[in-house]
Amino acid sequence: MTTLTKPETAAPRAPKRRRRISGLRLYTLVLIGWLILPIAIMILFGFNDTHGKQNFRWEGFTLRWYVHLFDKSDLTTAVVNSLTIALLSTLITTVLGTFAGLALGRYRFRGRGATNIVLFMAISCPEIVMGASLLSMFVTFNLPRGYLTILVAHVMFSIAFVAVTVRARVVGLDPSIEEAAQDLGAGPWARFRLVTLPTIMPGVVSGALLAFVLSIDDFVISNFTSGATVTFPLWIYGSTRTGTPPQVNVMGTLIFAVGVVIAIISARRNARAVR
Amino acid sequence: MTETQSAPVREAPERAVAAIELSGVEKSYVSHGETVAAVRGVDLRIAEGEFFSLLGPSGCGKTTTMRMIAGFEDPTAGAVYLHGSDVTGVPANKRDVNMVFQSYALFPHMNVFENVAFGLRRKGVPKDEIRSRVGAMLGVVDLAGREKRRPAELSGGQQQRVALARALVNRPRALLLDEPLGALDLKLRQLMQVELKRIQREVGITFVYVTHDQSEALTMSDRIAVMNDGVIEQLGTPREIYERPATRFVAGFIGTSNLLGGEVAGAGERAVLAGGPDERIEVPLRDGAAVAVGERLELTVRPEKIGIGLDRPDEGLCRVRGTVTEVVYLGTSTNYNVTTAAGADVVVFLQNATSADDIAVRGDDVWLSWDPRHSYAIHPDA
Ligand SMILES: Nc1ncnc2c1ncn2[C@@H]1O[C@H](COP(=O)(O)OP(=O)(O)OP(=O)(O)O)[C@@H](O)[C@H]1O
Ligand SMILES: [Mg+2]
Repeated sequence: MTTLTKPETAAPRAPKRRRRISGLRLYTLVLIGWLILPIAIMILFGFNDTHGKQNFRWEGFTLRWYVHLFDKSDLTTAVVNSLTIALLSTLITTVLGTFAGLALGRYRFRGRGATNIVLFMAISCPEIVMGASLLSMFVTFNLPRGYLTILVAHVMFSIAFVAVTVRARVVGLDPSIEEAAQDLGAGPWARFRLVTLPTIMPGVVSGALLAFVLSIDDFVISNFTSGATVTFPLWIYGSTRTGTPPQVNVMGTLIFAVGVVIAIISARRNARAVR
Repeated sequence: MTETQSAPVREAPERAVAAIELSGVEKSYVSHGETVAAVRGVDLRIAEGEFFSLLGPSGCGKTTTMRMIAGFEDPTAGAVYLHGSDVTGVPANKRDVNMVFQSYALFPHMNVFENVAFGLRRKGVPKDEIRSRVGAMLGVVDLAGREKRRPAELSGGQQQRVALARALVNRPRALLLDEPLGALDLKLRQLMQVELKRIQREVGITFVYVTHDQSEALTMSDRIAVMNDGVIEQLGTPREIYERPATRFVAGFIGTSNLLGGEVAGAGERAVLAGGPDERIEVPLRDGAAVAVGERLELTVRPEKIGIGLDRPDEGLCRVRGTVTEVVYLGTSTNYNVTTAAGADVVVFLQNATSADDIAVRGDDVWLSWDPRHSYAIHPDA
């Protein structure tokens, strides 16, 4: 920091301000580094020319793992399972959660308080407890564990997150804009499609993204409810005993890349909607 | 825009079909197990092309009345007619009236053009016609060239005009406005009052205007219904309502009004009230009203009709003695607060046209005088 600035180049307050900004900058850089380091290592070791079972030591650059990405067919199956479960549960959760959030934010009805408490419980309940109780429930009902039970469990634990984000959005809206739409000749369906849904859309999108992320990286609950079906996180966990192949890093990198693209698009759209 | 005749309709013609008619309309809500009467029997006939105001204090049922005309609420009793046909129970999207909401209720995710075009698109109007009608309407409200803006990018006054355009572009048979200027500052409000009047003349559509601001209602309306506690206290032209308040509530709510009372000492064409020595209070008995000697009667006189002086007024004028308690100089006029010998507080507005000095000062004993034609008897039961 230059403390002896020439009088004509800086106003008396300038040095102080500049120092504060650089402190903020440093903090920001450290924080970004902290967050990005594990991800960077994951991406880097997807390019590691390793020959042993372990992928811990850097042995040179290669694109081998990208070429042989689908060589381990059980890993590929696990990734496909994870992706389809995440997409399906996001779809179901977003539809159901949006209507729940709308009802909770807009109307007063019998059981509204109870619904809010149940949502809160679903969010705050420890995953391990929820996984164990889901398992005992499926056993009691004699449901064979597998793809379907994972899907049901994922819908169950992520619906509350969508409902809560949508509810927050609905509460902040002026209820008379729906009346205005009705006044201008829109029936119930047109009102929902043209006015209600577009105005709560930012809440719906963030809820859906949240649901997708919660589903795709869920381990604890999936572990209880999966039976013989294997998802991506379950496969990785299983592989740690024998050694995690670099394909896992590549899959992780690709999923991460898609996530980043979606996040950027969503942020752009939100910024535009706000203006 | 079609140039419709803009002559204000003074009185709803009895025979012609009213644009809006409410007959015995009542509305009560049940809240927390209790029944709250918001509107308790309203009868109204609003003529085609009229600028009609519902005026009254907060909570008197103005919004409820308007929402029943728009179709957002169903009356508990009574019927709503639009151009002669009973629309009671018809939902808002099927009624040929449009509403301007107090919060404007613009669609935040649509730009100005899309907002204004919304109603026309719902009706399936062809694209070209939508474009030309929206363009023309944005011209009327002075917003041409802002089609692409989002509501959040507009000032309060501009948003107000978008809301107006969005309703008017549908050419509704009546436009309902619920305190549309309530959120604007005083200067903009006065500007928009003039604008609204101009637009109403230009499009020739019936306006029903809800406000709790009496000066707004007086300046803009052809006729005013003064509401209180769910009923209409008085219905008439601004002049009638101001000059001849029918009830004590109206007298108190519209402008400043002086209430004087006394025992009837003589009745005929005019009632003469008993007063102090040499005082004379007369009130013409209008519309065949009759009072008996010995009854108590109250009357109102507007502050600007009263003269003030140290000398005894001319014969033929009403005259009352009093003491000046306050003199307030207001630039163009001076206000005198006077307590009469009988104990009533009277306010007098005097234009500062001629006299450079105050006529009286605090503590002076003065004479108040006015033409008996300016006394108005208040219905004894009101
Ligand atoms: N949905 C409702 N449920 C219960 N009571 C209501 C409801 N809407 C209005 N009221 C009551 O009805 C009465 C009239 O309300 P309204 O909104 O018509 O008044 P207003 O004249 O428009 O007042 P303001 O000038 O404050 O807008 C009030 O006492 C109000 O509390
Ligand atoms: Mg109101």
